[in-house]
Amino acid sequence: MLYIKCPHCGMRSQNEFSYGGDATIKRPELGKEISDQDWDNFVYNRKSLRGKHWELWQHISGCRQWIKVERDTATHEIFKTLKANEKISL
Amino acid sequence: MQKYSVFSLIKNALSNHENWDLAWKDPTPKKEYDVVIIGGGGHGLATAYYLAKEHNITNVAIIEKGWIGGGNVGRNTTIIRSNYMHDDNALFSEFGMDLWRRMSQDLNYNVMFSPRGIINLAHSDAQMNTYARRGNSMRLNGIDAVLLNREEVKEIIPMADFSENVRFPIFGGLMQPSAGTARHDAVAWGYARQADDMGVDIIQNCEVIGFDVSAGKINGVRTSRGDIKAKKIGLCVAGSTNILAEKLNMTLPVETHLLQACVSEPVKPVLDKVVTFGAGHFYISQSDKGEMVMGGDLDGYNSYAQRGNLPTLQHVLTEGIAMMPFLSKLKMLRTWGGIMDMSMDGSPIIDKTHIEGLYLNCGWCYGGFKATPASGWTFAHTIAQDRVHELNSGYSLNRFNTGHLLDEKGLGTKTWIS
Repeated sequence: MLYIKCPHCGMRSQNEFSYGGDATIKRPELGKEISDQDWDNFVYNRKSLRGKHWELWQHISGCRQWIKVERDTATHEIFKTLKANEKISL
Repeated sequence: MQKYSVFSLIKNALSNHENWDLAWKDPTPKKEYDVVIIGGGGHGLATAYYLAKEHNITNVAIIEKGWIGGGNVGRNTTIIRSNYMHDDNALFSEFGMDLWRRMSQDLNYNVMFSPRGIINLAHSDAQMNTYARRGNSMRLNGIDAVLLNREEVKEIIPMADFSENVRFPIFGGLMQPSAGTARHDAVAWGYARQADDMGVDIIQNCEVIGFDVSAGKINGVRTSRGDIKAKKIGLCVAGSTNILAEKLNMTLPVETHLLQACVSEPVKPVLDKVVTFGAGHFYISQSDKGEMVMGGDLDGYNSYAQRGNLPTLQHVLTEGIAMMPFLSKLKMLRTWGGIMDMSMDGSPIIDKTHIEGLYLNCGWCYGGFKATPASGWTFAHTIAQDRVHELNSGYSLNRFNTGHLLDEKGLGTKTWIS
């Protein structure tokens, strides 16, 4: 069982959250000419790192806010959580 | 090589089984090979075997970080099927079914292929319609499919919950009678033994540290046991694909996730089919030892842990008990996890890459084991001929760029919920 510290509600069990994938993926800017490759990188291509990984979770059975979580994909250790609008410092 | 037969068994029994040959050698890596396969799982071993057998390329090394049979080939739920709707998946898998049927003779190794049939249960009229459509597509591709109504399903698997007052009543199911199971370790061992006999070097405990790429060409691989040169390298590393892709500066439409499986204590024969729950994600069969072999959903977040988390296991088994209530009486014997290379459309990739001489085999999602022979066969062809075979032409890497996705289940790019 993971325990995730929601920045709004505090420490809660994994059962209250739903996963949202890689948090470092950025949607290409609207109205800007982009290549197919840029679009592929946004929609499909993922680094899926072993080790520290910034990812999105939604506190679906709590405050329903999206949050960012830095978690180790090999040990499941959670290092840091941020509100959705806070910047990740890599 | 010593041939396995009833006579060799008797002969060796007389000497207390002390004189069996080693199934494969433990060679020191050479400086150079014609082909290096990275990953000594089922697919890598099968690839090496078919390179030697079909293409006469025997100067081949398989590099494995761990040991043969220690990865997903020894961690799966052993289900073999070809009940796909899309042509690319159906024809590829059915080609594999043919290889499965001949495998024990072909490898001189009893892989205990047991074509006992698979039933996908339906729990609504809409699902019955979908299954009818899938079944028809299968039959058009020459795959056996039988649509069963509720009574027919009850005849075959009476231990399922057929009471009226349940959340997901059984409306019927789609059966592929020729599907089944096989002994997964034997598949790895059989391929390893034959490949080794034809001259392939199986190098275990050998980790890939980096690649030697220059001017868009692959020249070799750097490993924990020294540099190895090769003009052709095949990547066949399932859940570790992203780790090696990073070393090659490639980003792939693949994510690594954890899938759990479990077995119950052994019980007397009760279930002679593979059965899947249609209202969730749960599948079950009974092993020859009597254990109920079960699996279901991914853990739901990127993971390289090779061990699972209890909430998912509980969720999966809840589905199992909803389908077959007697399971609640059984004790759990063992649970384990393996890391899956989940592709963005749920279908695999067997293709060349933008680096000359580098070939990619990944994205097997939940279905890697059953694909072992067909994957090895087509990957060997792709490597040997430097072009894809018709059978794996749909499994191209650039389909994500061109939009020719092979989305059998019509799911999106959220690999952890597919």
